[in-house]
Amino acid sequence: MLTQRLLLSDRGGMIVLGLVLLAMVLVPICNLLVPETSALHVSTFTVTLLGKFLCYALLALAVDLIWGYCGILSLGHGAFFALGGYAMGMYLMRQIGPRGQYGDPVLPDFMVFLNWQELPWYWQGFDMFWFAMLMVLLVPGLLAFVFGWLAFRSRVTGVYFSIITQALTYALMLAFFRNEMGFGGNNGLTDFKDILGFPIAANGTRISLFLASGFSLILAYIACRYIVTSRMGKIVVSIRDAESRTRFCGYKVESYKLWLFVFSAMLAGIAGALYVPQVGIINPGEFSPLNSIELVVWVATGGRGTLFGAIVGAFTVNYGKTIFTSYSPETWLFALGALFVIVTLVLPKGLVGLFNRFKKAPASSDAVTANTTATEKNPDSSTSKEAV
Amino acid sequence: MNIFSHARRSLGQSDPNFGAPLDTTHGTILYVEGVTVSFDGFRALNNLNLYIDEGELRCIIGPNGAGKTTMMDVITGKTKPDAGSVYFGQQINLLELSEHQIARGGIGRKFQKPTIFEALSVYENLELATAADKRVWWTLTQQLNSAQKFRIDEVLVQIGLQEHRHKNAGALSHGQKQWLEIGMLLMQSPRVLLVDEPVAGMTGEETEKTAELLLSLAGKHSVIVVEHDMKFVRSIARKVTVLHQGSVLTEGTMDQVQNDPKVIEVYLGE
Repeated sequence: MLTQRLLLSDRGGMIVLGLVLLAMVLVPICNLLVPETSALHVSTFTVTLLGKFLCYALLALAVDLIWGYCGILSLGHGAFFALGGYAMGMYLMRQIGPRGQYGDPVLPDFMVFLNWQELPWYWQGFDMFWFAMLMVLLVPGLLAFVFGWLAFRSRVTGVYFSIITQALTYALMLAFFRNEMGFGGNNGLTDFKDILGFPIAANGTRISLFLASGFSLILAYIACRYIVTSRMGKIVVSIRDAESRTRFCGYKVESYKLWLFVFSAMLAGIAGALYVPQVGIINPGEFSPLNSIELVVWVATGGRGTLFGAIVGAFTVNYGKTIFTSYSPETWLFALGALFVIVTLVLPKGLVGLFNRFKKAPASSDAVTANTTATEKNPDSSTSKEAV
Repeated sequence: MNIFSHARRSLGQSDPNFGAPLDTTHGTILYVEGVTVSFDGFRALNNLNLYIDEGELRCIIGPNGAGKTTMMDVITGKTKPDAGSVYFGQQINLLELSEHQIARGGIGRKFQKPTIFEALSVYENLELATAADKRVWWTLTQQLNSAQKFRIDEVLVQIGLQEHRHKNAGALSHGQKQWLEIGMLLMQSPRVLLVDEPVAGMTGEETEKTAELLLSLAGKHSVIVVEHDMKFVRSIARKVTVLHQGSVLTEGTMDQVQNDPKVIEVYLGE
């Protein structure tokens, strides 16, 4: 019953998850077992690149859940991603121990440089992995809770909400740029040595991080499917389409928005935490408002309102970016802007919608998938197909 | 609005005990007394007094700007009045409650423009409207039980949409959407139904069906209908209230109202 509801009824999702799983099997083999001279060898650079893409896909999934299903356009999800990343970065900094440039057993290099005598209170506990992981969830979750609580209760919606989320991430960026904040200022956190005792640049560690990103993506996908196929998922879609009707049906709309927003922020935090050890650095640039906008473009390109569309979008746009920036880095932003315009004009349902059009699918699957998945849950939905 | 009033509103608020039978010993289910609402100096409602009896069908008419929609906003908690009181039965003060609590408590509202969940099927629209635990965490795992399914089937028959149960609600005709919205109100097991312009844009046949539906609901529920279509009002009305400039001009049967010189002057005169 549950697998039917979560996976089997979702063809696109099955295909995308299948590809992720396939990559999780093939990439380690091709990296570790296939000799470097072979054409099938996958370099560690590529492994890290793919791992990064998986983190982006997880982030896109988080945005799609609230934007595609609940209609909340957050232009500040980069902030939750970066906070998760900083929490992981703090753990990795504490792992360096006395191996830093200045050799201080406890203080990270930048604190020694600033003549700080002891560790600030908010750096306590980050030498423990479990504590850092807890913070990866709690810090973005708590920020989302407070921010969402104020915004949704005041019934801030639509473009106003988007603008204040931009302001949020911009404010955090400015704050993290300050040296006195104690997060390394504009250099951020870097020079990581190892994670859980394993050297961070080693092949095996890179593969493990890649696999961890893949597993997180799959688990998050299933969790999101569980939400959108439950009654809560239908209520969330109802809020998107007719908020006041939902309220007059007796639902406390603010609570639904709030919890979905918090969940989504936590997913973004996890994505950030997996991202940082793979790229080896986290700095305030991750809070840049542009990042948050870019990731909305991924979701729009893939197809919002279909969870797997977000993953497709994150991979396509980022792959495109990798190719593009190696040939002509200055024009990438123009290309991104053009992409957004084209997608909005020509492909309102994104790449996923394009596939569906080629398949000449019945009208039902043409509509937003949130709705088809819901109908498929009904035991006697065969009649509905005929009716349509 | 400051943070503290938010906090008070959300922390101090618990659902009133709607499970207890509503105290309607005097036969009146809804008391609207001395209600005044101003928007930037304009008085949308001006010392409005309105009493709705249990099970009655009441039509409310009045020229544009008479305050009909504002009155519904006040009863359903969307607008808080500057003065006055609104009681549901004799015990429950509606002014202390928010929209979702009032809806849970048994006051259903149909909007002027049909407002349904277009991305969902007819059946799912009714499912979401079903009276059930509507707190966030419960809805993650909730399924319909057999009594609720039975109730949905009943309502589908009542609103005449049993053949369209799996159709996308967005694909329904205008009239069908209006009925679906009424059906959604019925799923909430309401005591009072507020129906705003139910026949606007309907064909003659659809209008007749709607009149039948509303008449069949009176008795079991108190129904308040706001409507412009005089022919329609005449066909269903037992008691009519005329609003003018935010207060009640007169009340009575359709004939009494239509012959009232005050009404003729402000509304039917031309």
